[in-house]
Amino acid sequence: MSGGITGTHGNDFGLMSVREISAGVAAGRYSASEITRMCVERIKSTDGETGAFLTVCEETAIAQAKAVDEKIRSGKKPGKLAGVPVAVKDNICTDGIRTTCASRMLEDYIPPYNATVVEKLISEDAVIIGKTNMDEFAMGSSTENSAFKITRNPRDTDRVPGGSSGGSAAAVAAGMVPAALGSDTGGSIRQPAAFCGIVGLKPTYGLVSRYGLIAFGSSLDQVGPMTKTVEDCALMLEVIQGMDVRDSTSHRGKYPQDYAGRLGEGIRDFRIAVLKEFFTDGLDGEIASAVRDSARRLEGLGAAVDEVSLPAAGDGLAAYYIISSAEASSNLARYDGIRYGHRPKEFADVDELMEKARSEGFGTEVKRRIMLGTYALSSGYYDAYYKRAQKYRKLLRSQLAGVFEKYDLILGPTSPVLPFRIGERIGDPLSMYLADVYTIIVNLAGLPAISVPCGSSRDGLPIGLQLIGPHFGETVILQAAYALEQELKLEP
Amino acid sequence: MSFETIIGLEIHAELKTKSKIFCGCSTEFASEPNANTCPVCLGHPGTLPVLNGEAVRLAVKAGMALGCKVNYLNRFDRKNYFYPDLPKAYQVSQYDMPVCTDGAVEFECGGRHVKVRINRVHLEEDAGKLIHLEDEPCSLVDYNRAGIPLIEIVTEPDMRSPLEAVTFMRMLKSILEYCDISDCRMEQGSLRCDANISVRPAGQKEFGTKVELKNINSFRELQKALEKEEKRQIELYRFGESHKIIQETRRWDSGKGRTVSMRSKEEAHDYRYFPEPDLPPVIIDETVVSAVKDSLPELPMEKYRRFTQEYGLSGDDADILTGDRYLSEYFEDTVREGAAPKAAANWVLGDMLRMINESGISSREIPVEPACLRRLISMVEEGKISNTAGREVFREMFINGGSPEEIVEKKGLSQISSEDAILELVRKVIADNPKSVADYRGGKTKAIGFLVGQVMKESKGRANPAMVNELLAKELEWA
Repeated sequence: MSGGITGTHGNDFGLMSVREISAGVAAGRYSASEITRMCVERIKSTDGETGAFLTVCEETAIAQAKAVDEKIRSGKKPGKLAGVPVAVKDNICTDGIRTTCASRMLEDYIPPYNATVVEKLISEDAVIIGKTNMDEFAMGSSTENSAFKITRNPRDTDRVPGGSSGGSAAAVAAGMVPAALGSDTGGSIRQPAAFCGIVGLKPTYGLVSRYGLIAFGSSLDQVGPMTKTVEDCALMLEVIQGMDVRDSTSHRGKYPQDYAGRLGEGIRDFRIAVLKEFFTDGLDGEIASAVRDSARRLEGLGAAVDEVSLPAAGDGLAAYYIISSAEASSNLARYDGIRYGHRPKEFADVDELMEKARSEGFGTEVKRRIMLGTYALSSGYYDAYYKRAQKYRKLLRSQLAGVFEKYDLILGPTSPVLPFRIGERIGDPLSMYLADVYTIIVNLAGLPAISVPCGSSRDGLPIGLQLIGPHFGETVILQAAYALEQELKLEP
Repeated sequence: MSFETIIGLEIHAELKTKSKIFCGCSTEFASEPNANTCPVCLGHPGTLPVLNGEAVRLAVKAGMALGCKVNYLNRFDRKNYFYPDLPKAYQVSQYDMPVCTDGAVEFECGGRHVKVRINRVHLEEDAGKLIHLEDEPCSLVDYNRAGIPLIEIVTEPDMRSPLEAVTFMRMLKSILEYCDISDCRMEQGSLRCDANISVRPAGQKEFGTKVELKNINSFRELQKALEKEEKRQIELYRFGESHKIIQETRRWDSGKGRTVSMRSKEEAHDYRYFPEPDLPPVIIDETVVSAVKDSLPELPMEKYRRFTQEYGLSGDDADILTGDRYLSEYFEDTVREGAAPKAAANWVLGDMLRMINESGISSREIPVEPACLRRLISMVEEGKISNTAGREVFREMFINGGSPEEIVEKKGLSQISSEDAILELVRKVIADNPKSVADYRGGKTKAIGFLVGQVMKESKGRANPAMVNELLAKELEWA
C-alpha cells in the first residue's frame, strides 16, 4: 500500500469518510485505484462475517477507478465524489452488473441500463464497488428475507442489521465503504441506519429519481444515502438528487443545491415538535430516554422543543400495508418468466409457466404481500381498503402540514425497538411490521427524514433518532442532525 | 313477434404518433420483430413511463371531432391481468377519469336519423402480439406493438341494426382519417372494434342480455358477425330459450362464419384498476385545447354539405366521395386543376373506384396525378378521343403510369373526326352489309345500331360516334 496516504484517519480505510477520500483523490494524495484496492481488501477481510454484499464488482470498479485517475492526470476537474467507493442496494439497476433484489426471481438478471442515481454517482467520479443484500424486493425489516443469505449487524453479529437496506447499512457500519445507497419505502433506509449506528436519509418524494430503482411501492419509494457522517450524507444527496425526465414523478420545481456548505449554520430558534404518539407502550425504554435526552441537548443549542399530537399517526401502519402491498402486487406482476427472470424447468403451457415462475421465484414474505395487495384491490374490496387508505393518506398529509405550519421539524425515535436477534421475529410478520411504525408515516406523506445515531443501549446497541422535515426541507433536518452529531460526538 | 336489436361499440384506434406512448421507441409498422423495443416498453425492472404529449393532443382532437367534452384533469390507471403479450402484466389505461366524455355522431341510415352518443374517449397503451408457430409447441412474442398509443372510443348502445353499426364505423373511420388521428387500417389492426349486442321483443323497455363480440377485422366481418349473433339471439327468443343468452364474450370466427363462446361473465377478469402511481394526473392546458380546436379540419358532414352546394353533386355522389378522405381530396385536387366537378366526380366514382377495388391499391396511394386526370377529361370533352378510348387511357395510366397524351399517342387512340375518313368507313360498311341495309330501308330502323357498331369496329373505336351516326343516316337515305 502506498505510504503517501495521510488524512484525519491516516490509512485506516475503514474510518475514512466520503469527504476525506474525495478531497484526497482530488488533491492527488492518493489515487482512486489505491482507494478501490483498499476497499476491495477490506470487503474481502470483513464481509465473510458480515454478509453485506451479494456482488462485489472488483473488475468494473478498478476500471472505473482507473478512468478517474486518468481524468485527474489529464488535468480535468475531478468530480465531487472522486474515487469514493459506493455500495449500491441490489434493487437499483446497474448496467451489466447483476441486480437481484435478493430474489430467486432475478437471480441471473443483468440490467441493460443504469439507474439515474448510479449514472449520477459515476458522473461525479464515484466508484461502484458492489451490490448489497436486502430483504427480497425490499419487503422486510431485518434483511432475513433475502433469498441468498443473512447479513449480520457489525455492532453485534448475533443481531440483524435491520432492513430492508440491511446490506448497505452493514457495509457502511463495518467500514467496508464510506457510503452506500439504500431505498426507503416505509423505513428501509432509516431503520437499518438506526440499527447499525450510521446516518441514513430518506429524501422528499420526487427529489431523487426512481428511474432504475426496482419498484416496490411506487408512490412511497425513494433512493437515499447511507453514510457514517451527516456531512457525507449531505454530499451524497447533492449528487444523487435532481429532476429526471425519465421519472414523471420527479420534482419539477426548485430545490436546494448546497446542503453540506450550510450544515454549520446552527439550529438556534429551530422549532422542534416531538410527537406524543411516538412515545407509547411499544417503545423501548432505553430508546425513549436516549431520544428525550437528545431533544434536551438540541434545546440546549437554542432550539425550542414542544410536545405535539398527531392523531392520525396511529392508523399509519394499516394504511401503509394496504397501499404498499397494493402497488407491489401490480409492480411485481411483470415477473412472469416470459422475458427475463426465473423460468421453471418444465411446464405444460403458458399459464403453468407463469404460475410456476412466480411460485418458485418469490419467497414467503413477497407472496404474502402480493396476496394482501391483490385482495385490497379486488372488486368489492377496493373502497373498503385501498380507497380508504388513500383517504387516510390525505388526512395524514394535512395534519402533518398543520404541524409544519408551526414547526421546522419533527423529532422522534427511528425504531421502537433495538436491533433484535437473528431469527427472533422472522416467524411473526406482525411484530416485524411494527418495527416500521415510526417511519411509515413519512413515506405516506412524501416527507424527508433522517436517522442519526443518538446513543447506545446498556448492551452497546446503537440507537437512532429520526428528524422529519417538511417537503424539500432536507436542509433543516441535515442541519439539526449535524448539530446533534457534533454535540454528542459518538464514537463509531 | 318482432324484435329490436341494440348495439354498442368499443373501438380501438392506434394514434399516428412517431414514438410510443411511454417511451421513445418508433411506432413504425412491420419492422423486424422486437426491433422497436427498449427497457421501458419491455417492462424491465426499474423502468418508468413518460407520457407522450402528442398522444394526448391526438386524443383531445379525437374527442373534439366526436363532439366530446375535454376533461382538463384526467388520469391514468393500471388495468392488471396476466398475458404474455403484456410486458408489465398491467396495461396503463384510463378508468374513471378519461380524457374526453359525452360526445355524439349523427347520420342517416335506412331512412332513420341515427344519433350515436359517445360515452368516452380514453388513452391507453397497446400490447404486443403473440405469434403461434404451426409445427412447434411454442409461441413467440413480438413487442413492437407494445406501448403504441391507442384511444378507446366507447359508444352508448344507440345502434339498432348491424347496418347502422357498420355505417357508424365508416363514419368514425372517416372522421379519424380526416383529422389525421389514426391510419385506421383495419387489416393491420390499427383500427379494431368490439361489439356489444342484445335483442329484445319490440316494445320491451329493458335491454336484453348483452353479448360481447371480439376479433372483428373488417367492416364486412362486423356486419356478418352482428347479423349472425342477432339471428342466434332472436332464434333463442323465438323458441322460448332466451335464458340461454348469457352475458359472455364470444369470438367471431370469420373462417367458420360464426361466433364461439370465449368466457362468461363469471369468468371475466377482475382487472383491479387503481391509479397509476408512476404518472401524475394529466392536466390539459387551455391553450392546447384551443390549438387543437383551430387545427380541426373540415369534417365529413361539413364536406358533404359543401360538395352538394358548391359543386352541385348529387347526395349519393357526395356521400361516397366524402366517406373517404383521400378520395374526396383527390376529387377536389382534380377540380382545382380545372376539371368540371361533375365530370371529375364521374371519373373518380366510376373508373377510379373500379380500378382501386380491382388493384387493391389504397385510395391514399392513387397512382394517377390529378392533373393527368384533368387533361384526360378535357381530351374526352373536346372530342380528341372517344369516351371508350378515354377509359382505356385511364386504365393504362392507373396501371403503368404516364401522361394521357403519351398514351393516346402510343396507342393511336386519337379520335377520327375527319368527315372524309369516316365517310370512307361508312361506305365500306354499307357495301359489306347489304342485308342490314335492306332491313333498314325496309323500315327496321333499329338496324342502324348494328351498322354504327360495325363502323366503330372498323375504326377500332376511334371514330367520332356522333359523326358516324350522322353520316351513316345520310348515306342510307341517299344511296
